[in-house]
Amino acid sequence: MSILVFTLIILAGAFVAGMLGSLTGLGGGVVLIPLLTLIFHVDIRYAIGASLISSIANSSGAAAAYIKEGITNVRIGMFLEIATTTGAIIGALLAVFIPTNAVAVIFGLVLIFSAFMSVRNKTDHTENIDKSPLARKLRLNSSYPTKDGIVHYKVQNVAGGYGLMTFAGIMSGLLGIGSGALKVLAMDNIMRIPFKVSTTTSNFMIGVTAAASAVVYLQRGYIDPGLALPVILGVLAGAFGGSRLLVKANTKTLRILFCVVITFLALEMIYNGLNGKL
Amino acid sequence: MRHLFSASYWEQKDVEKLIGRLLRTGVVLASIVAFIGGIFYLYIYGKGQPQYHEFIGAAEPMRHMKGILQGVAQTDGAAIIQLGVVILISTPIVRVAFSALAFFIEKDYKYVLITFIVFCVIMFSMISKMGG
Repeated sequence: MSILVFTLIILAGAFVAGMLGSLTGLGGGVVLIPLLTLIFHVDIRYAIGASLISSIANSSGAAAAYIKEGITNVRIGMFLEIATTTGAIIGALLAVFIPTNAVAVIFGLVLIFSAFMSVRNKTDHTENIDKSPLARKLRLNSSYPTKDGIVHYKVQNVAGGYGLMTFAGIMSGLLGIGSGALKVLAMDNIMRIPFKVSTTTSNFMIGVTAAASAVVYLQRGYIDPGLALPVILGVLAGAFGGSRLLVKANTKTLRILFCVVITFLALEMIYNGLNGKL
Repeated sequence: MRHLFSASYWEQKDVEKLIGRLLRTGVVLASIVAFIGGIFYLYIYGKGQPQYHEFIGAAEPMRHMKGILQGVAQTDGAAIIQLGVVILISTPIVRVAFSALAFFIEKDYKYVLITFIVFCVIMFSMISKMGG
């Protein structure tokens, strides 16, 4: 296979990854890394570099649309970015010491968790009791517009959320993915932020988190121009054009189908990782 | 609801619009640059074989700004693609800087500080040579 053919195939794959990534909010990396490693036998370190690029492209592309609706809570995002960027750097540092097959196993586990998170029933845990003095001090409590008027919410357990965000950052730096699912878990289940707000705010944070570790990976040579080319172009086209296409599709069925596929890919990553093939 | 009538609220909205435009510009610019680099890259290396089975890492000059810019000056396709990558990575970083401005206009100095901390963490990753 020549470089030209290889580039075109990865371009098509990145397009699909960008499309599914923005549909499910998981980001392009969850599709890209298995595609590159399992099908094209690309070393997982190159795949991680390419995936980081796709996370930034996906996040910046979508964030431009969300922030206008007044749903994203920029304060929560910015405050928690201290946790995720520090975590991302720790993760990028750990990547040097962790063998690649262990990285593949961890990736598989995070993938299964992400797939599960994206199909589970979404129930809002919104609370309206002002219990957290830290949330008050940091002015994290806010409101967002819905069809039925303005909904107010009060943020809980800021310290717990900050801790889990640091972990999400470490995973993101180690695996090159956005770890959107972990971010949403921290905001939704621990800090009790409404689902709509946590999803958009998580997306807002992914780009900044990925940028922190991308710098380290660029210096380390994980980001190869030959892979970056199809990934940037494919993921962006997928995220922009694909989201329009998918409006008409039955997203519920597609989501479940996607999760089944993701789970299979994850199991294969774990299996290959344990056998030392990745 | 009082904040709806204050001047700072509307200035904040303008900054948000500006940030939205900045993100779109960054993303579009990055893909145009990568696309141009891609034409050069594929024209020269298109018939070669992809070598990604074993990890060697990107060529040394592709790992820092100086090498990338030197390559761009020699119209090296790979370097132009890598410049697109650098533009893409800087988009969220520039956005953090703009957010600091937005909080400053709002006179929310606590968040100017928080944003500055985030900015410093990213800068630390850039200059500490952790990537080797």
